[in-house]
Amino acid sequence: MARHWWKALAILLLLYVIIAGFTVKIPIIGTNGQSSRGLFFHVPMWICMYTMYTISLVNSLLYLSKYDLKKDVIASSAAGVGTFFGVLGFATGTLWATYTWGGTLTDDPKQMCTAIAILIYMAYLVLRISIHDLDKRARISAVFNIFAFALLIPLTYIIPRMVDSLHPGSATTPGFASKDTDGSMKLVLYPAFIGWTLLSVWIFTLVVRYRKLQLKNIFK
Amino acid sequence: MKKSNPLHQTFTLVKKDLTLELRQQYAFYGVLLYIVSTVFVINLMMGRPDDKVWNALFWVIQLFVAVNAVAKSFMQESRGRLLYFYSLVNPRCFIAAKLIYNVILMTLMSIIALVCSIAFLGNPIINPVYFVGMVLLGGTSISLLFTMLAAIAAQANHNAALMAVMGFPLIMPVLMLLANISLSAFVTVYQPELPKMFLLLGGMDILVIALTMILFPFLWKD
Repeated sequence: MARHWWKALAILLLLYVIIAGFTVKIPIIGTNGQSSRGLFFHVPMWICMYTMYTISLVNSLLYLSKYDLKKDVIASSAAGVGTFFGVLGFATGTLWATYTWGGTLTDDPKQMCTAIAILIYMAYLVLRISIHDLDKRARISAVFNIFAFALLIPLTYIIPRMVDSLHPGSATTPGFASKDTDGSMKLVLYPAFIGWTLLSVWIFTLVVRYRKLQLKNIFK
Repeated sequence: MKKSNPLHQTFTLVKKDLTLELRQQYAFYGVLLYIVSTVFVINLMMGRPDDKVWNALFWVIQLFVAVNAVAKSFMQESRGRLLYFYSLVNPRCFIAAKLIYNVILMTLMSIIALVCSIAFLGNPIINPVYFVGMVLLGGTSISLLFTMLAAIAAQANHNAALMAVMGFPLIMPVLMLLANISLSAFVTVYQPELPKMFLLLGGMDILVIALTMILFPFLWKD
């Protein structure tokens, strides 16, 4: 039981985030109105995604140094879960954009870069499907994973900061933090970060266990 | 290859690729026909497009030309020949040779694509020197990135569709940068971010070369 306390913490935090997220009194920022509440669900998705992609990258590196298939299982599971959270983050973002930017899919650089990042990891998953030999698949997809992450994920941070974007917190648009004077949003946002991240790690461990069971003849 | 000097190995491999190309002229004429027919189809469909469309179409043509030209350079290496190289040369020399060869090939193709585009689609360029420089830089960037992807695709059973799936999301930021930078060659626009974008493009090229050199030896082991 001692090892599972963080799962209970994740559930408690997420219950708090969902209840407080919809009921707490938030400051009305510009034209956002009540849509600012999307913050509690949108931003944590990206943190989950980047956490998962980082786990995936680290395990791909470890695979190439030791050629241990378990690392490959971890890397691919993390990429899958990361993409799932990426799609959720994209969905919550577009939902918010529909009511504040006046369009679901705009040509905003932040939205474009995100779509590209998700596409890259989908390409990683497609690449994995196309190779049948287990060891070869692990090796080639690890190389692609490192190549793609090192090239693109930094870019999805740099480009949106360079060009003008409507997204809060980028070049010319102020973020929400400066308007949240009494800190009521931070009080929900920070637990939301921890709660969602724990949930993503939980899902990830379940996927890894499932994949290892699928390959139990190899792992013994 | 009696010497194990890496520079010597690399240049011998580049020379071998160029000689093969000169003898067979397979990639050259294949891609040439590809460029001409693509540009001609665009000409049939929309006549003479205006500046922004011209720019966009040109970079899309460049993208598809790069996919074809670079993919061909790996496809002509059969499994047996790869195995032969494996026993002879250092993998880093092999991929360095491929990078150099593809940059040379793509530079040539870029110029042909530019000439074809001007011939069929009109010439909206007001700053030719700048644009030619951009085309060469862009061709280099695209061919560097696709060389590594072609190496990956070659390992996955020479799957050309796979190369498009892997490559297009990765190349998109480069293409966006190129299209933005080259806009200055068509209209006099104020772009305060221009030096930064050049820096980003150059940085990305160096990153691609470094990653390719580091990662290719892992790909090579079979």
